[in-house]
Amino acid sequence: MGAELALLTDSLVRATPLIIAGLAVALAFRGGVFNIGAEGQLLAGAIAATAVSLAGAPVFGRAVVLIALIAASLAGALWAGIAAELRRRFHVLEIISTIMLNFIAIYFVSFLVRGPLQEPTHIYPQTESLDTVARLPVLLPETRLHFGFVLAVGLAVFLSWIFRRTAMGFRIRATGASPLVARMAGRIDVSRTSFLVFLFSGALAGIAGGIEVTGVTFALYENLSPGYGYTAIAVALIAGLNPLGVIASGIFFGVLETGAIALQREFGVPSSIASVIEAVFILAALTLTAVRGRQLLGRASAS
Amino acid sequence: MSAFETFLEGAVRTATPLGFAALGETVAERSGVINIGLEGAIIAGAFGGFVAAGSGSVWLGFAGSMVAGILVAALFAIFAIRIRADQIITGTAISLLCLGLTATLYQQMYGATGAALSIPTMSAMELPLLSSIPLFGRALFAQPAIAYLLYIMIPLVWWWMYRTYEGLALRATGEDPRAAVAAGIPARKFQTMSVLFGGAMGGIAGGVLVIAQAGSFAEGISAGRGFIAIAIVVLGRWHPLGVAAAALIFGAASALQYFFQALGWPVPYQLFLALPYVLTLFGLAGIAGRAVAPAGLGRWPDQV
Repeated sequence: MGAELALLTDSLVRATPLIIAGLAVALAFRGGVFNIGAEGQLLAGAIAATAVSLAGAPVFGRAVVLIALIAASLAGALWAGIAAELRRRFHVLEIISTIMLNFIAIYFVSFLVRGPLQEPTHIYPQTESLDTVARLPVLLPETRLHFGFVLAVGLAVFLSWIFRRTAMGFRIRATGASPLVARMAGRIDVSRTSFLVFLFSGALAGIAGGIEVTGVTFALYENLSPGYGYTAIAVALIAGLNPLGVIASGIFFGVLETGAIALQREFGVPSSIASVIEAVFILAALTLTAVRGRQLLGRASAS
Repeated sequence: MSAFETFLEGAVRTATPLGFAALGETVAERSGVINIGLEGAIIAGAFGGFVAAGSGSVWLGFAGSMVAGILVAALFAIFAIRIRADQIITGTAISLLCLGLTATLYQQMYGATGAALSIPTMSAMELPLLSSIPLFGRALFAQPAIAYLLYIMIPLVWWWMYRTYEGLALRATGEDPRAAVAAGIPARKFQTMSVLFGGAMGGIAGGVLVIAQAGSFAEGISAGRGFIAIAIVVLGRWHPLGVAAAALIFGAASALQYFFQALGWPVPYQLFLALPYVLTLFGLAGIAGRAVAPAGLGRWPDQV
């Protein structure tokens, strides 16, 4: 078992939440919804998955993983739903509301792991560890690579199919490209479409959190996510909001962040350099698309 | 001081950096540019202020904050105004860049342990007579000197925006850049200058956190204040006086925790930490339909 293999599989483990949250952002941006809140929705999913796994493992056995992931997607959709409803009913800018919800989610996790969900000895600020039946299966023995990576790739293929082959996908793309044209020429219920896009985007981010808990951390604690939801924005943009491209850019950022952590361990280079590199990539992508004379994404008005 | 006075003092203290950042963002948004990179300007200002104040002078520290904020805003302007890249995405990238860069530089320059390095801090300056007004005198007029700069800036920005030709031109640009250009207004120049002003104010906001409050730098010390400031601009309906009031209300909401602590209520502290963000959401929903954003905000017509 070489160190190279460990580095590679660790990168794929890191890439898994980035790909799924990246899909969440890509779906939202394609549909004209500026969901900057993947981070909070991911945490909502992690909370739900943890709570369901801890309570349900003795009852449901192996099936509890599936139930936990469904709960995670619902929690993510619910958390996004707050911002979606505020946007639909009160025209609140989702950029601001989702960022506010990110902070609220972080403090909610902090409250839970020091309060109702704290492990029984009440020493560490985290929940009990998940029972082994509640964990996602490992793909390669003796590595941390888990089944969640397969799910991530599957979700990307599925979303790509939705975009290209279904009427729903067309409605989403039309709404994002031009809400006015979508309404006038396409008879599309723009308000309903973007509301649903928002919910499904949140559900995807929630699944990312659920998979992180059941595949990697096996417990809920503060700083469970090192900003996956924010990196996901870079992942989605570098991929040109293309779901299949998200797989590649997610792996790329997974390698980048895993490499940065290794660099810090070996040479003391601060791992925060990774977010600098991510930002530079976003700015480079913006420049390239601007030079080519087109926008990176369709802008939807708040209506 | 009574619990109520402590509460008021805390409200003004919390509102000061938010007021600076939101006032600058108000000017930028009235020119039609929404700068989500404000968070980046604040953290850069905090770091720049920390480095510059290490020289021993608090005012040099604030100058460093301002320069750092302006540099970040200039980077934003190059992308969002010069090549007209999407403002939201540019701003998000700039915030990410600054949060990462300041953390990296801090660790490189001062070591990964982040030992609490302290710098000279600006102590409270009591204004004679004014600070002896009962109830709110000390809260408003026994603050660090930089707060008084904000008190002066608020009416000044209002006057400039509503009583001068340049202010009118700025607002015209924000409503309809194409019409502004047709009327002979150098719209891009106005947008660039207001973004740079917003950066300077954001930088000072970061400086307040480090130089007038914490006394040292910490990674992520901006803690989302840039985003809160953007929400405050909406709550204050893009008007300098409204924004100042919104910042104060927000500060009061945050300072409630001192009040409750003084009363000894057993409420989880995370609730207080989350409260400002919850209130912002309620506030944004509450002004629904009554807040009118500049019509050209975030957009630039393809042909100008």
